[in-house]
Amino acid sequence: MTGRHGTPPDPGALAPPSDGGRNGTPTAKAPRTARPRTPGRGVPLLLLAPALLGLAFLLVPLLALLLRAPWRSLPEQLTSPEVWQALRLSLVCATAATALSLVIGVPLAWLLARTEFPGRGLVRALVTLPLVLPPVVGGVALLLALGRNGVVGQWLDAWFGITLPFTTAGVVLAETFVAMPFLVISVEGTLRAADPRYEEAAATLGASRFTAFRRVTLPLVAPGIAAGAVLAWARALGEFGATITFAGNFPGRTQTMPLAVYLALQNDPAAAIALSLVLLAVSVAVLAGLRDRWMRTV
Amino acid sequence: MPETTPEDLGKNPGKRSGPAPAPAAEGLDARLVVDRGAFRLDIALTAAPGDVVALLGPNGAGKTTALRALAGLAPLTAGHLRLDGAELRRTPPESRPVGVVFQDYLLFPHLTALDNVAFGPRCRGAGKAQARALAAEWLDRMGLAEHAGAKPRRLSGGQAQRVALARALATRPRLLLLDEPLAALDARTRLEVRAGLRRHLAAFEAVAVLVTHDPLDAMVLADRLIVVEQGRIVQEGTPSDIARHPRTEYVAQLVGLNLYRGRADGHTVRLDAGPAVSTTEDLSGPAFVAFPPGAVTLHRDRPTGSSARNVWRCEVAGLEPHGDQVRAELTGELPLTADLTAVAAAELDLHPGAPVWAAVKAAQTHAYPA
Repeated sequence: MTGRHGTPPDPGALAPPSDGGRNGTPTAKAPRTARPRTPGRGVPLLLLAPALLGLAFLLVPLLALLLRAPWRSLPEQLTSPEVWQALRLSLVCATAATALSLVIGVPLAWLLARTEFPGRGLVRALVTLPLVLPPVVGGVALLLALGRNGVVGQWLDAWFGITLPFTTAGVVLAETFVAMPFLVISVEGTLRAADPRYEEAAATLGASRFTAFRRVTLPLVAPGIAAGAVLAWARALGEFGATITFAGNFPGRTQTMPLAVYLALQNDPAAAIALSLVLLAVSVAVLAGLRDRWMRTV
Repeated sequence: MPETTPEDLGKNPGKRSGPAPAPAAEGLDARLVVDRGAFRLDIALTAAPGDVVALLGPNGAGKTTALRALAGLAPLTAGHLRLDGAELRRTPPESRPVGVVFQDYLLFPHLTALDNVAFGPRCRGAGKAQARALAAEWLDRMGLAEHAGAKPRRLSGGQAQRVALARALATRPRLLLLDEPLAALDARTRLEVRAGLRRHLAAFEAVAVLVTHDPLDAMVLADRLIVVEQGRIVQEGTPSDIARHPRTEYVAQLVGLNLYRGRADGHTVRLDAGPAVSTTEDLSGPAFVAFPPGAVTLHRDRPTGSSARNVWRCEVAGLEPHGDQVRAELTGELPLTADLTAVAAAELDLHPGAPVWAAVKAAQTHAYPA
């Protein structure tokens, strides 16, 4: 900048202000809007038409949600105790599931990214399986494992008197099962991208592997962990299939927002729309929170 | 056969490290053998406290592998590693009294300069306040007191290098390792940092081993050079000794000499490459002959009646600027490098493929036993 001012009048330096004045656009925006266009080369219709159709397909349902929203009765809908109950339960369970995913998922990601052991590829594949598994199947599997007669559940019941299915804890487990792979994949990717030589440097300074992880690696990959956690949280918040299968649909105990939406749609569509709007608002908020990370175009 | 070292080592009996000392001696006594697929590193290293040893060699020679083995970051396949009498071969890196300055420093980006330096003392058991006080002292000693609160990305290359040095020294290592300590710096900073580093290394009371491919860095910073090629030590000695008596093509190139191997008989050395070279030294048996590129004169016609007795028919293979001169790579009877002025190059009409006569006076050659 200083160099520019120092040089004798050059047309390039003077152009933006005059340009901005003519168009009435703020000069600060000039560099952004000044994207070179190749003249005479339009977008082929065969690409443009399906592209616009795709865009419409994604946007119209959301628009419909906004158009048909019972705006007048909305305050009343949203302040009903059932809604608050479901919303609070959803937030609590999604947050708990995210916390649980962090506690066990980050070390798992570290193991996958930083150690060599036989069958690591298989382990990674298994970790990502819940990403592609229909959540309902996950719920059934959880029942078979942790249900009262499940492989592990029968012992939990017999020894500790712990029953997980159809409890709030069950909701947290179902959501963790579905959401944790998102966190693991995200954190593992960040760990792989992080330079492992920082850990070596820490070792030469006397840090044990755990100290190096805690004091060097963890802070370095914190942005990746945060992004993974938000992703997992959003996934947990919207979780439906595994939750209803493993934890059921008991208002106040296991009925989260998505379940409440589905149920409300049967007998009170206005309530369903109101609840959906809340979830949409949360999603938009999450997206806004992450825009620096993912929305930045390349 | 891995047994290459005794002979090479014997070539230059160091003043202090001398004949292999008893195991309980102070300093470093190591034989590093590391297998990496087809590559094998096998070098012996001894150094007394206060020594600064440079491992010098081309890329891929195994210098960094040696450094990593010393630090415990790469396991030894065989050999031993004793530091002040203690065997460290099976000691994990965090328990070795070894400090490392990495090539790109690897300062922890999320910590301030002060916390970077305090990291080591903290890991080695110092309390938080104590570690920070110690770190502040080190930064002060490096002239970086006012940058204590800066994150590494705010530091210049030279400052980052000094923080890295302070960080490594703050743990009071008995062995300091420096991997290409000046490679990440631009030419101007380099000069400055090199001088500073030299001061700190001279003041360092334990063993320092530095790895570099830059002969100037090695010669300025170290009091003993170990030249490593393809995982082996090819030459070892003081900087001036190595500069005067290179024993491999690589070393000769580093120090800017033409080097040939042959068999001496009186004042003549018959080279393995073919022609004979007249020298002033009187030798017999296997010998090296070396002469600087500046000693070579080039002629379009065979020089007659000159005092140059060494005349060879050559062909220009390549030309490139070298300082304010032109460096000519020649092939032919004797492949060699010659330096000449740009004017001379123009007058001789030098271009790749041009035939020339190269001459060197016997007085400007230097022969020594191989």
